[in-house]
Amino acid sequence: MQLYDAVFFVFAFITLVSAFIVVFSRNIMYAAFALLFTFFGVAGLYVLLQADFLAVTQVLIYVGGILVLLLFGVMLTNNIVSVDIKTGVIQTIPALALVAIVAGSLAGIFYSTWRGTVAPPGTVAGTTTALGGLLMTAYMVPFEIVSVILLVALIGAAKMARRHRKA
Amino acid sequence: MTPDTLLTLAVATLLLPLCGFVLMIFFGKRLPRQGDWLSTSVIAVSLGMAVVILAAKIGSYGGETLTLNFTWVDLHNVPLIGPLPIVLGVAVDNLTAVMLVVVTLISTLVHLFSIGYMHGDIRYSRYFAYLGFFSFSMLMIVLANNLFLLYVGWELVGISSYLLIGHWYEKKSASNAAIKAFLVNRVGDFGFFLGIAMLFMTFHTFGLREIFEGIGAGRLPFESNWWLTAAGVLLFCGAVGKSAQFPLHVWLPDAMEGPTPVSALIHAATMVAAGVYLVARIFPLMTADALLVVAYIGAITAFISATIAITQNDIKKVLAYSTISQLGYMIMGLGVGAYSAGFFHLVTHAMFKAGLFLGSGSIIHAMHNALHHENDHATDAQDLRNMGGLRKAMPVTFWTFVVYTLAICGVPLTSGFLSKDEILAGTLAFGGMSGHVIIPVIGFLVAGLTAFYMFRVVILAFLGDHKDAARFSHLRESPMVMTIPLVVLAILSVFVFYSFNPFDASDSWIVRAVGRPDSVVPPSMAAPSTEAFEEAAHGLHGTAMLLSLSVAGIGVLFAFVTYYWRKINADAVASALGPAYRFLLNKWYFDEIYQAVIVNGTLALSRILRWFDGNIVDGLVNGTGWVTRGISSVSGMFDTYVVDGIVNLTGYLSGVGGLALRKFQTGRVQSYVIFAVLSVMVFYFVFRLI
Amino acid sequence: MGSLGTVWSDFLGWLPHVQLAHFLIVSAIMFSFGLYGVATRRNAILVLMGIELILNAANINLIAFARYGGVNLDGQVAAMFVIALAAAEAAVALAIVLNIYHRFQTVNIDEVSSLKE
Repeated sequence: MQLYDAVFFVFAFITLVSAFIVVFSRNIMYAAFALLFTFFGVAGLYVLLQADFLAVTQVLIYVGGILVLLLFGVMLTNNIVSVDIKTGVIQTIPALALVAIVAGSLAGIFYSTWRGTVAPPGTVAGTTTALGGLLMTAYMVPFEIVSVILLVALIGAAKMARRHRKA
Repeated sequence: MTPDTLLTLAVATLLLPLCGFVLMIFFGKRLPRQGDWLSTSVIAVSLGMAVVILAAKIGSYGGETLTLNFTWVDLHNVPLIGPLPIVLGVAVDNLTAVMLVVVTLISTLVHLFSIGYMHGDIRYSRYFAYLGFFSFSMLMIVLANNLFLLYVGWELVGISSYLLIGHWYEKKSASNAAIKAFLVNRVGDFGFFLGIAMLFMTFHTFGLREIFEGIGAGRLPFESNWWLTAAGVLLFCGAVGKSAQFPLHVWLPDAMEGPTPVSALIHAATMVAAGVYLVARIFPLMTADALLVVAYIGAITAFISATIAITQNDIKKVLAYSTISQLGYMIMGLGVGAYSAGFFHLVTHAMFKAGLFLGSGSIIHAMHNALHHENDHATDAQDLRNMGGLRKAMPVTFWTFVVYTLAICGVPLTSGFLSKDEILAGTLAFGGMSGHVIIPVIGFLVAGLTAFYMFRVVILAFLGDHKDAARFSHLRESPMVMTIPLVVLAILSVFVFYSFNPFDASDSWIVRAVGRPDSVVPPSMAAPSTEAFEEAAHGLHGTAMLLSLSVAGIGVLFAFVTYYWRKINADAVASALGPAYRFLLNKWYFDEIYQAVIVNGTLALSRILRWFDGNIVDGLVNGTGWVTRGISSVSGMFDTYVVDGIVNLTGYLSGVGGLALRKFQTGRVQSYVIFAVLSVMVFYFVFRLI
Repeated sequence: MGSLGTVWSDFLGWLPHVQLAHFLIVSAIMFSFGLYGVATRRNAILVLMGIELILNAANINLIAFARYGGVNLDGQVAAMFVIALAAAEAAVALAIVLNIYHRFQTVNIDEVSSLKE
């Protein structure tokens, strides 16, 4: 086991445990913060996969944007008296069964199919430039469309979340 | 006259009374005088034609038989027999020709007499219609040349007799008597029918000539002589019934419930003579044993009824038993082989017996009128003890009645003397040849008894004085319509018309015309031949005459001694011989025996069968119904529980299924998420396995 | 049982040396967790968190194949787009959740129903 493998296991452990807490915790705040750690763990995994730009983007967007948004949402939609905001769960057992099946099947597929895949030799230089180039050339159209989507989402969300005046 | 014309006349003679019957039945009531003139003239025309036929037949066709056949139905090829056409027809031989005249003559006279006697009757036209129907039926018997048509006519006269005896059917005794006559006749007819069937089975034909030819050729019923005798005896059974022979004689006295002219026509002269005619017709096939049976039956009958006649007080009953007795004489005559004598006696007896009955009818008619005048509805107009001295009030009736009585007693110069003598000579010959001497003994004994009781009637009714003077003053002679037939019959009871020799009829036209036919029976079974018999009888003629005269004389003497000169007290004799007298008065208890044995036996049997039908047959039917109900209730239960159960189950399952499947519609998106992902996994696994 | 033992020892031998399959298995497990969260949670926000987990798992997959498979940088570009869309989606979703809260005074998905039960 090399350093690479150990680091992988650490980040994998962080991600999965945090994901577990997100999903199984009754406390919304605990879930939200566990989600934070999940995002960080995923970012770490990105780094291990030599996707440096994306790791940073992950942290910026997910943690800085989405998580904050979620927290705002939590705050705004609960009668917050204290930190312990409890929620309930429904149909755990069917979901559990399904999840077991899904996880088992996927893991099984991945293990059996790509067990032997080895990484190509060498490390890749920073991906930022390359990604930027790709975005402006090969993926120009999706880039523009995603921009439009973001614009529309921005306007739409802003419109929808506005306080309605009684007219 | 050609044979065809003669036969056409014969058929016309037969059918005219039938047409008269049809017209009278449908239109009788609407005709003037209710059509009595129509009936009478129709039968008179038939009489004319019959006389013409007789004259032509005896004159031109002496010994022949003229036949007219037609195929009634052709059964074509019958398996095991071959072609089988049923051929029927009429035949005229001398026997038939004489019978035609006898029947139509008596019928015409009775028609005439009835115009007076039945005056004012409630069913006047229907009476005459039935008389016509009877005439037609009797003529059919006489004209038939085959057993089938003969049987048809036989049954038809039975019906006519029933209808006429029960003419006043409101009276219970009359309707009972009609039924009794028909049923007793039926017993005889059953044997008759068996005989016909046996002969048909053997010879495949009803025609008498064909049957005689068949027997003569050697074919016997069931290939045995015994069965030939049996066939003869069975056919004779019909005669036993119709001619009131022992043991089926019980219906004739009761038949006196009918109007007196009916008694004269049917139960004295013609219908009862049909039995004698039948024996004469089937004579060729009778074996010696069968003829012996015939002779004995005739003798026994003559004896029994003569003994009963001497005790009876109703004038018609006396005449009825006298008829039975004389019929016994005829049958006995045919049985011993005195064929012509027996038939001759039939003809002469028809005349004087019809006369006797019509005479008694005249008496009864006058008595009724006299009693009516006095409003006396209780006294019996027919009882001899209520009569007396009628010779002064009704001279014509008296004198004709005397002539008839002389004839029946066998006094010389009458027709009855000739015929009775012939029979007695025949019985003597038979007794000598066969050793059965009891038959002639009975013959002469009965002759004596006959003389006794007939003169008893004459004395009690006509001689002496009438008890009731007031009633006597109302007694009148009957009208001409009634007395003319009496005179005609009286004239016909004299010897002249039958034989020019008043003491011996052997050479008379009638005896020569109606000779004894040759037997076709195999010689081993046959009676003594005609020649042998004639020889024997001829010699005994004188003996018979002397014996019969003396016996008759004794009888007449006794009658006068007892009833006229009153030297012997009849009532004292009766009470002295108490049980014997009662035995005779009650007709030898025949009716009581039949009632107890046959009638009650049949009723008991019918009760048993009714029990069987009610309990077992009905039980089975009810059982079947009960079983069906059970099955149907099981079926119903099956339908209710099983079939309906299945239907209900289906509904229930649908409901339960629906309720179960409803659970999937949770309304929660997250459930749908699970379902969707689950479906994807299922698809993956399915396609992976495929 | 013997084969199971060899499978297990094979697995243990394979485990330390990180390869593509490791990343994929991690992503599979995270995906499952995300699915469980979506399916189970009552609170709408928590459901959104589950959705984010799913998206992240997909991202890991994409980037893992970008590195190990023959996809190269195309995988990373795809992952970038996913991140962008996830952000847009989260914004819109929150806006909707706020509307729901405004209307129903609750964000429990069960109780958000105008249909009669």
